[in-house]
Amino acid sequence: MANESGVLVIAETADGAVAGITLEVLGAARRLADGLGQPVQAALLGQGVEPLAQALIAAGADKVYVVDAPILAEYQTDAFVPAAEKVCREANPSIVLLGQTDVGRDLGPRLAFRLGTAVAMDCLDLAISGGRLVMTRACYGGNANAQHTCKAMPQMATVRVKSQEPLAPDASRQGQVIKVAADIDPAAVRTKITDRRKVEAEGIRLEDAEVIVGGGRGVGSLEGFQTLTELADLMKGAVGSTRAACDAGFCSVATQIGLTGKVVSPALYIAVGISGASQHMAGLSGAKNIVAINKDPEANVFRYCRYGIVSDWKAVVPTFLSKVRQLKAG
Amino acid sequence: MLHMICCVKQVPDPEAPASQFKVDEAAKKVLPIPGVDPVADEYAVRGVEAALRIREAVGEAKITILTLGPEAARDAVKKALAMGADEGVQLTDKAFEDGDSFATARALAAAIKKLEPVDIVFCGRQAPDWDVGVTPSVIAELLGVPCVTRACDVKVSDGTLKVERVLMDGFETVEVRLPAVVTISNELGEPRYPQLREIMAAARKPVAVWSAADLGLDPSQVGAAGSVLSLDRLYVPVQEAQCEFIEGETMEEAAEKLATKLREAKLI
Ligand SMILES: Cc1cc2nc3c(=O)[nH]c(=O)nc-3n(C[C@H](O)[C@H](O)[C@H](O)COP(=O)(O)OP(=O)(O)OC[C@H]3O[C@@H](n4cnc5c(N)ncnc54)[C@H](O)[C@@H]3O)c2cc1C
Repeated sequence: MANESGVLVIAETADGAVAGITLEVLGAARRLADGLGQPVQAALLGQGVEPLAQALIAAGADKVYVVDAPILAEYQTDAFVPAAEKVCREANPSIVLLGQTDVGRDLGPRLAFRLGTAVAMDCLDLAISGGRLVMTRACYGGNANAQHTCKAMPQMATVRVKSQEPLAPDASRQGQVIKVAADIDPAAVRTKITDRRKVEAEGIRLEDAEVIVGGGRGVGSLEGFQTLTELADLMKGAVGSTRAACDAGFCSVATQIGLTGKVVSPALYIAVGISGASQHMAGLSGAKNIVAINKDPEANVFRYCRYGIVSDWKAVVPTFLSKVRQLKAG
Repeated sequence: MLHMICCVKQVPDPEAPASQFKVDEAAKKVLPIPGVDPVADEYAVRGVEAALRIREAVGEAKITILTLGPEAARDAVKKALAMGADEGVQLTDKAFEDGDSFATARALAAAIKKLEPVDIVFCGRQAPDWDVGVTPSVIAELLGVPCVTRACDVKVSDGTLKVERVLMDGFETVEVRLPAVVTISNELGEPRYPQLREIMAAARKPVAVWSAADLGLDPSQVGAAGSVLSLDRLYVPVQEAQCEFIEGETMEEAAEKLATKLREAKLI
């Protein structure tokens, strides 16, 4: 194919609405497309998703390709890969973007292969230089950044959650909706999902929390995490964790923050018993203020902090908790 | 007999102190940290663990370790053999160097084809050097088999693989007919630790070394020459925060000061 034009976003939905990450990716797509003088396209794949096309247009899309079919009701690699491939062939974009999500992680590489190109995963920044897409991503756990360009078309990237600004939604924006038939042979779907279980965190979602109390291996126990939960509740926040804390069984894996966990952007992150490994900090690039309590003055986490206390957390957190309670009451 | 291949990559130790991490920007390479040895990717090592658990469950199976890397990557193969795998294959060739995930997958898939029949290919969910997680999916595409990503539990019965997947907000159970590629996440649990006797025995297990020519691949198809994604720049991002350490006569006093400061900054 030649004459590629357009920045195509593979949209995702969550709880019957357009997923937040898709709005972010559309924001990035709009900025790139305007720079290139090309349109923004979106691929909307799923069952009963057509009504969401308008929301994609309001968020920056000029053209929405809708593949609405029962076989796409849940994400399954073997059904979504051909559907996404079909839209890409029809739209013929120069750039394809996905979110770095459960879906993007799985679909991105497969789609890139089918389209005869490559994909840069988990990009933090996308820019145009000399007509080409320059993709910046973190590597070595966040210790280094790498910049890539792609020699083939389309140029593809997955985009890290919360790394891009969405546009302010504009319901008056005009766009075109194009229906595409799925044409997926059910026999081509080689995997069968027999069960899916959500681990619901109680209270405020980590991704939305303005305050997060993060606990690491240094918290030492389940009971320790209960103290952190008490503190988080008091501040109307949520509890996050490190992989080491999850592996130790102190908390649910759904609370893991980092490269292979969630990306969060609280106004305040309080890191308790966390060493600050770059893979953990990778999930906190959007955190505005980081505070750490760690008994090791050399802990890497202090390099990211506004305030720090060098101490056993048990000597600090209970008093801190009472003081916060007192300040809130007063 | 069930044949499982575990792809294991040797990487710089991802848990080495971040303050010692350095790159050579001109060469676009990460500099080895003196005194810190490279390690086998811990996700991939859990892939070996998954294969061993399956072998224990089904009674009999063959486990082959596959790695692509320089001569020194032999250590990663030896580690996996010491855990209990049967034999190793190492892809070593100048032509394989500096490939993107797609070019690397091409070499690995060619080796897997040469090792067929193969029932399961285990890989780590993403190697902790480039943190990409693309290679396994591309291997599956090249082999024409399904790929199930981010598994924390795997069981085989009657040619069907039952996989528990880790999602952002929960878990998913997936069934797939073999052959298949499966990537393993850390939630699988701790891998076994080889005993001295097994480490000695591993020294005698066969490790074949194959080049691009042995796989029938032209050097232009693999490594940097076979890559479409180019690395234009590699650098260490600057970390700007200035930490103010809060002290006090007692830790309680420091804790109260912290609360007051955060209150003043309207953060609580
Ligand atoms: C590819 C890859 C991906 C990864 N992805 C993630 C990820 O998404 N998220 C993640 O978190 N990790 C991830 N990791 C793991 C990461 O490298 C670290 O191992 C992990 O973050 C360490 O967690 P931690 O800080 O809780 O534990 P440790 O590093 O063990 O640190 C514990 C800290 O607690 C302090 N401490 C101990 N006792 C006390 C006490 N009583 N009071 C105060 N302080 C105390 C210690 O001084 C130490 O600094 C990943 C690793 C790899 C290789």
